[in-house]
Amino acid sequence: MATTAEGFDIHHGHGHDTHDHADHKPGFFARWFMSTNHKDIGTMYLIFAIIAGIVGGAISGIMRIELAEPGIQYLQWWAQFMGGGNDLNTALHMWNVFITAHGLIMVFFMVMPAMIGGFGNWFVPLMIGAPDMAFPRMNNVSFWLTVAGFFSLLFSLFVPGGSGPGAGTGWTVYAPLSTSGSVGPAVDFAIFSLHLSGAGSILGATNFITTIFNMRAPGMTLHKMPLFVWSVLVTAFLLLLALPVLAAAITMLLTDRNFGTTFFDPAGGGDPVLYQHLFWFFGHPEVYIMILPGFGMISQIVATFSKKPVFGYLGMAYAMVAIGVVGFIVWAHHMYTVGLDVNTKMYFTAATMVIAVPTGVKIFSWIATMWGGSLTFKSPMVWSLGFIFLFTVGGVTGVVLANGGIDDNLHDTYYVVAHFHYVLSMGAVFSMFAGFYYWFPKMSGRMHSELLSHIHFWTFFVGVNVIFFPQHFLGMQGMPRRYPDYPEAYAFWHEISTYGYYIMAGSMVFFFVNILYALVAGKKAEANPWGEGATTLEWTLPSPPPYHQFETLPVITDAHDYHDHRPLTA
Amino acid sequence: MATLPPVSHDAQTARRNLRVGLMAFAGALAMLALGYAAVPLYRLFCQVTGFGGTTMIASETQAARAAARATGQTISIRFDASTAGDVPWTFRPSQVTDTITIGERDIATYVARNESSRPITGVATFNVEPEQAGKYFNKIQCFCFTEQTLQPGQEVTMPVLYFVDPAMLDDPGMKGVEQITLSYTFHRAADPVQPALAGTN
Repeated sequence: MATTAEGFDIHHGHGHDTHDHADHKPGFFARWFMSTNHKDIGTMYLIFAIIAGIVGGAISGIMRIELAEPGIQYLQWWAQFMGGGNDLNTALHMWNVFITAHGLIMVFFMVMPAMIGGFGNWFVPLMIGAPDMAFPRMNNVSFWLTVAGFFSLLFSLFVPGGSGPGAGTGWTVYAPLSTSGSVGPAVDFAIFSLHLSGAGSILGATNFITTIFNMRAPGMTLHKMPLFVWSVLVTAFLLLLALPVLAAAITMLLTDRNFGTTFFDPAGGGDPVLYQHLFWFFGHPEVYIMILPGFGMISQIVATFSKKPVFGYLGMAYAMVAIGVVGFIVWAHHMYTVGLDVNTKMYFTAATMVIAVPTGVKIFSWIATMWGGSLTFKSPMVWSLGFIFLFTVGGVTGVVLANGGIDDNLHDTYYVVAHFHYVLSMGAVFSMFAGFYYWFPKMSGRMHSELLSHIHFWTFFVGVNVIFFPQHFLGMQGMPRRYPDYPEAYAFWHEISTYGYYIMAGSMVFFFVNILYALVAGKKAEANPWGEGATTLEWTLPSPPPYHQFETLPVITDAHDYHDHRPLTA
Repeated sequence: MATLPPVSHDAQTARRNLRVGLMAFAGALAMLALGYAAVPLYRLFCQVTGFGGTTMIASETQAARAAARATGQTISIRFDASTAGDVPWTFRPSQVTDTITIGERDIATYVARNESSRPITGVATFNVEPEQAGKYFNKIQCFCFTEQTLQPGQEVTMPVLYFVDPAMLDDPGMKGVEQITLSYTFHRAADPVQPALAGTN
């Protein structure tokens, strides 16, 4: 058992050359393809998420350009390009494939890998003072399952899926469109993609729960853990309880499609509405899975750049727990129009609105953290402020949509599209950029350009608002989602929205230039580039941290609080 | 170095990790099982509560008990019929509406005719509108309880024996309901394996 002995050595740091040992890295293939190191796996997740984000973002560009004016301009060209026919049906199917791919890629292969796989892997062990994740090899399995899932989804684009190539079911994969409505293997590959990435996420969630429960440094009690760790813990539980239900639902779809079962087919005694119940029992917790780690990051960043402990730490932690719990009992607000009776709608309306309470606790606590603080507007902080503002806008439209009566009118309109893009493509994405700029110096050891990240922020901020704010108007006027064409009356705001896309796409240039600049010419980052506000354990390590950290575990004493985990200087 | 040693934990940590990891994994498996359990549970839930307009099945004794509580008030019943796209039948109610005494049993008939040249087996799904009427709409006998096979060109009259529970008069949710629509849709059941066998169904 040579490996065990070696690992034992590393952990305990025997001998005089502990530092060399800590930074001893394996060869390229072993390091990146067989990686068991949480920081390397985190890096791979982040790179993977950026690549998937480019693909998903490019697809949204194709859609926005098509929607710039009424009529079908480019879809037929795309249908032919992807190997389909030249007719209108294939072109319209192509549209369905685009919306499906955009949704699935952004949810499963961009936001989740970046937030949980990327930042979670990198910083949960560092923040709790652990040498690595609890199950390092399983961590590697999680990552490659996610990659395999992505390839399965990409492969589905090139096989028949009904009236053209690709799966055109929407990210919700509702039956009967996804069963009798989509002939051909494309939907099977899309479902398989969800199975793979779902399995990867469940293994990852198991890993995080075990790591956070068992691997905390001595003295790091649950009530002293940084809020980012809290957010990942709650997220891991949501993943663990929600994803298996999706797995069950899409496995039933698969057998309905291929083996003659009738779970969702009324002809055999099934019910298509049952699929919607199962999907949204997963789908609603999923939206909190996508935003909770963002909440955690924003809490760290706001505290750092206010040079104050976060206001209401316990309230912040348990607000996330409350959001997670209540998130499981509000699912039917996604399906108000399936024919729920008035009492059911009343319950789901009330339960949904209750979520605004813990969410409000968080928003007000962030503001209270800044109140009276010594604020510096470094790049992570401006992205966090953008997050707080825009997420609140998305939250307000969410309260509007929570009303079963109003939703009868707004269901499946652009108002809904605007709402969930405000909370995701602004909420989740702004928090990811905030986290990226916050931790990039720590991860890479290089400082990025503050100027470029501020330009990135302002152009991105203007761009996404120009894209999505007019979509509220379109939705109020009745523009339904998931259509490539529309009457002349909607042309004006669609055109504006497409201009917004160009601004947003242009702003991404600053992001990539900034990364390149930092890696090529960036100043070397100190252990703590953010000053006295940054007090969690990752800032006590050099930038980048050694390959194996915390050979001597940090000790959190009674004198430490939930905010400051730096070694005491006595 | 051929393989990469992960940071290994001492034996005690490894054991604790395995325990928590297995517990978490068991939780995931339990949710997977619950996902499947949702199928029978959902059916049971609809049957018990009449959710989504699921009608009730009543015995003769229940029907007699309901009839004893009849107050003479009446309600209109509208009958609706349709077929799935792959069922080449004409299917219609013999009467479009009927006014019945609440609590007393009534019989309604539907007529189905196989317009194709092959024997076809269908099975009917059903519900009522408004949905909250589901738990008061009781069927004693119905053609929808079994599969129906029609030979080419065959026409049959299919009865449904039902009553409306007088308990609806005490339900504030049923206030203002003056008509209940009973709807059937015929779907294609699995094709008969042999024509000879189909006749015996």
